[in-house]
Amino acid sequence: MSSIAKKKGFGATVWDYMTTVDHKKIAVMYLVAGTLFFVLGGIEALLMRIQLVQPNNDFVSAGFFNQLMTMHGTTMIFLAAMPLLFAFMNAVVPLQIGARDVAFPFLNSLGFWLFFFGGVFLNLSWFLGGAPDAGWTSYASLSLYSEGHGIDFYVLGLQVSGAGTLISGINFLVTIINMRAPGMTYMRMPLFTWTTFVASALILFAFPPLTIGLALMLFDRMFGANFFDHTMGGNTIIWEHLFWIFGHPEVYILVLPAFGLFSEIFATFSRKRLFGYSSMVFATILIGFLGFMVWAHHMFTVGLGATANAIFAVATMLIAVPTGMKVFNWLLTMWGGSIKVTVPMLYALGFIPSFVAGGVTGVMQAAAPLDYQLHDSYFIVAHFHYVIVGGIVLALFGSAHYYWPLMFNQMLSEKLGKITFWLFFIGFHCTFFVQHFLGLMGMPRRVATYLDNQGWDTFNLISTVGAFLMAIGVLTLVINVIITAVKNEKVGRDPWGDGRTLEWAIPQPVPFYNFRQTPLVRGLDTYWIEKQEGNTEGMTYAEPLGDIHMPNNSIIPFVMSVGLFIASFGALYNMDADKGWSIYLLIGGLLITFISMFVRSAKDDHGYHLHVEDIIAEEERLYGKKGGHE
Amino acid sequence: MMKGLKKWRLFGLLATLTVFLSACGEEYLSTLTPAGKVGEQQFNLLILSTAIMAFVIIVVCAIYLISFFKFRRSVVGENVIPKQVEGSHTLEVIWTVIPVILLLILAVPTVTATYKLGDTSGMDAVDENGDKQALTVNVTAKLYWWEFEYPDLGIVTAQELVVPTGENVYFNLIAADVKHSFWIPAVGGKMDTNVENLNKFYLEFGEESADLQEGVFYGKCAELCGPSHALMDFKVKTLARDDFDTWVSAMQNTADRPVATDVQAGEQAFVDNACISCHATDATAVTPDNPYASNAVGPNLATFGDRSRVAGILEHTEEEVVNWLKHSDDIKPGNLMPVYEDVPEEELEAIAAYLMSLSVEE
Amino acid sequence: MDFNTKFTPQTWPDHPEQATLEGKNKFVGFWLFLACEIVLFASLFATYLALKNKGPNGMGAEFTTQALFELPLVFVMTMVLLTSSLTSVYAMYHMKNHNFKGTQTWMGITVLLGAVFLGLEIYEFNHYVHLGFNYTHSAFSSAFYTLVGTHGAHVLLGLCWITALIIRNSKRGLNLYNAPKYYVAALYWHFIDVVWVFIFTVVYLMGAM
Repeated sequence: MSSIAKKKGFGATVWDYMTTVDHKKIAVMYLVAGTLFFVLGGIEALLMRIQLVQPNNDFVSAGFFNQLMTMHGTTMIFLAAMPLLFAFMNAVVPLQIGARDVAFPFLNSLGFWLFFFGGVFLNLSWFLGGAPDAGWTSYASLSLYSEGHGIDFYVLGLQVSGAGTLISGINFLVTIINMRAPGMTYMRMPLFTWTTFVASALILFAFPPLTIGLALMLFDRMFGANFFDHTMGGNTIIWEHLFWIFGHPEVYILVLPAFGLFSEIFATFSRKRLFGYSSMVFATILIGFLGFMVWAHHMFTVGLGATANAIFAVATMLIAVPTGMKVFNWLLTMWGGSIKVTVPMLYALGFIPSFVAGGVTGVMQAAAPLDYQLHDSYFIVAHFHYVIVGGIVLALFGSAHYYWPLMFNQMLSEKLGKITFWLFFIGFHCTFFVQHFLGLMGMPRRVATYLDNQGWDTFNLISTVGAFLMAIGVLTLVINVIITAVKNEKVGRDPWGDGRTLEWAIPQPVPFYNFRQTPLVRGLDTYWIEKQEGNTEGMTYAEPLGDIHMPNNSIIPFVMSVGLFIASFGALYNMDADKGWSIYLLIGGLLITFISMFVRSAKDDHGYHLHVEDIIAEEERLYGKKGGHE
Repeated sequence: MMKGLKKWRLFGLLATLTVFLSACGEEYLSTLTPAGKVGEQQFNLLILSTAIMAFVIIVVCAIYLISFFKFRRSVVGENVIPKQVEGSHTLEVIWTVIPVILLLILAVPTVTATYKLGDTSGMDAVDENGDKQALTVNVTAKLYWWEFEYPDLGIVTAQELVVPTGENVYFNLIAADVKHSFWIPAVGGKMDTNVENLNKFYLEFGEESADLQEGVFYGKCAELCGPSHALMDFKVKTLARDDFDTWVSAMQNTADRPVATDVQAGEQAFVDNACISCHATDATAVTPDNPYASNAVGPNLATFGDRSRVAGILEHTEEEVVNWLKHSDDIKPGNLMPVYEDVPEEELEAIAAYLMSLSVEE
Repeated sequence: MDFNTKFTPQTWPDHPEQATLEGKNKFVGFWLFLACEIVLFASLFATYLALKNKGPNGMGAEFTTQALFELPLVFVMTMVLLTSSLTSVYAMYHMKNHNFKGTQTWMGITVLLGAVFLGLEIYEFNHYVHLGFNYTHSAFSSAFYTLVGTHGAHVLLGLCWITALIIRNSKRGLNLYNAPKYYVAALYWHFIDVVWVFIFTVVYLMGAM
């Protein structure tokens, strides 16, 4: 519980990260792990685009292509986009609401390790007999037909990492409900906190159906249950419903935080309060609510009947209204502002046309009869990449630049950042714009190859070229990160100069206890208010300097996750008749997890108190003799 | 056109139009050249929704570009503190109400068309004699081929669907193994073939396929169904009603067709190699239906000589038939047909010649 | 208020489970967890209803809900579990009054009743399996055992949890650190009870009709 950090060795640093419960360090771990999986998913995408560069190509086999396609989708959604968003949620939300940590620091760590080991487990399938190959949707008839253990890796890996996500979702909800600083009313919360709140609520309600769906599939494969075996009375459509009751809200779980991140960026670099804050909050909640009402629009061609299709078509169209409200509010935030085109703002500016394009194609697909043509064609591929890349990935890249100084006290190079943006942005449109037409021209999605003489050759070539531009863009970002880390130039508080919210009011580097004194929030954009009133301290305090209660580090989350990781292997190989040893793996792994849980609950863990002297000493260490607040 | 792709969405619209005009895809495959009432209806919805959405994009881009060029810091000055506007109720109402109106314009034809396309009551309509008025086709999707059974006519075919033009043709869709999806892009939208229930829908075929490049429309499997999902193609031949009736009666007389003398060796080889145990050569050999799907093991070959492709994808030549017999596992990975590499080449060639002679159109 | 403060019934707060920030967090977090559990069970109920009485072609009528379920036994199980919910309320009543012995005793009775319920459920399942209605018998059997069995697994977890609580705190007595633990365990137990009421209604009563 030493507050005075010494120069640590490598092993000590690793141990520190393995046991940490500090949301800022967990954020860094999410960022690193998410980036690794993002690169992995990107490589999978590149291999697929190489395969599709020309008709009748045989760069990869059809079976391998299906594995690439499945893993690309699964990795990008579960192991890249969500963790990267969690990285920013962890890094920013507690600071934005004036909290010293999240509500359950222990669970925060557990959530990360579960996600990480679930992701590693899933990806180990590449080396252990083949990855899942039934698409990220893993529709039941095909996934039960699929040979080998690929689908089992999918089911168990997602189950473990999904548990981590669920835990993190509950954690953020409680954090935002209970841990806000005095004066931080709900209607003063920055929009990123709001979107995190709503997205976490969506996680809470959307992940259990996935958990059940995965469990049913596991029981079918492992214990011979008959949920999806129609010859035994089962029904594969149940899987489709469960998957999409999860899957559609999942889209909003991803895109709402992205909206929040862009809201922060627009306001900051327009030097203007977010236009229509309350309607933005309302729109966020409405989108979250409607997100649960529309899942069957993924199933228009399943044969649910005209009435169901009509209802879900109209409900889906309704989502366009709150989303449109948001777009216009962002535009009006810029209007009358003072727009500074930094790299984060560049991403935000690129986001508007890209996301609107993705949104309108979504409305087109909501028209059910039209969707009979568009469904499962390349038009869909174009649509959801416009939404996910044009919305979420641009948000992630933009926020990486925006929050880099907050997380690392360094500024990424603006010049390289602009190169990254243009490469990625042009590559993105080049890749996906033509795919709309491929779909309209009759090209089904998820095809491992295509015959010539179908009029698809040129556009597929363009698409592949674009994919490489995107890859080069990502490479420049990586180079940017390395150069910045090597240069190691510290930037200090509010490096953008136009910070508006509480996270920018904290002196840099952020001390591990975040706030020496809990701040008093006096309005929306509280740091902006303090700055305008000439408060150089950046904050008004709600309490005198006193002892701070901090949680203890713990290795238990790591051990629990390892236990489940081992148990997953046991469960997986237990399906093979000739691997009797697997049962010991399963029981052993579960024992590790349960014993860890028991140890955790049997011991009293009261945390520790950081005394005033410690705080002053730490501030001297971080900011020199004077302390950051003088 | 390429330039337009890289520009902003405003120009994207122009690019859209350009591409629309220059590249609608192939006539036998593209949804942009609909051949039939169902496809046209869906195409009209595409045009309507595109127009509405283009309007939205233009409005957004106009505000976007104006506010960007007018309010950049280099324009308004470095140290200006903009007025911190809270919002505007009037504006909020405007950009709520106008989208709602736009969506209503789209929603009404959407709902109407959904019900219209969902109405398969015509399938059971009968005339005064109690005979079915409309043609019904039972489609069974299998790894990776299609069976088309005409229950009221007592005939069955595979891989190449033959239908009359100018009338509603009703389909009963089901899958025998894993889920597939039945899609003829140029004629109309798709419908899934589920494993546990029968789906019904209809299409209308507007023009005769004889004028098309290969004389057929292309059909696709649209649901991922395994390694050869991309190759699960079928073809659609549309005939005028009279020609269709002729075809049907020819099909109904395939039971004991004489085998031409020059291919009798091939027929013998076909029987000797047990091809016959999976593949019927008689179009009246309607497979008894189990409660779920047709239980035919392999495609019916009664009209093999009339088809335009071997296995749905290869050139329609005897060489490709031999190639298929020897390497079917490489050509369509995951398909269930055995490989006949060990059979002597001349025997395979004889089988190919025999299959090519199976025709009802000559 | 600190975790280590010693309390008397007079100084003991009215809502000991929410007297600390950690307690408050646990309180809110656990309610949210229960919300997620509700969706979990809702998914299982939906699956069960979709697959109710569904099996392979020619599945005998003896394997339908009407023929299979033994209502008297299930009624007894229901009563036992409802009573155990009541005894956990007594435990919470004593906790609020800083009566540690009462809390422990009533929690113990809750565990005993829960164990009786679980025993009866195992007996019931065993009975069905002997009739040939095992887990892989049909889609209906899979759905039935999964829904009711998931509830049973929750009961088992609840029993282990409450037992562990009783043992770990037997020497510690009541304080603000473990009061929230008792509270959420009791909450969990009520939740299990509510789910059972739905299972009793949807699976057994509606099944027998």
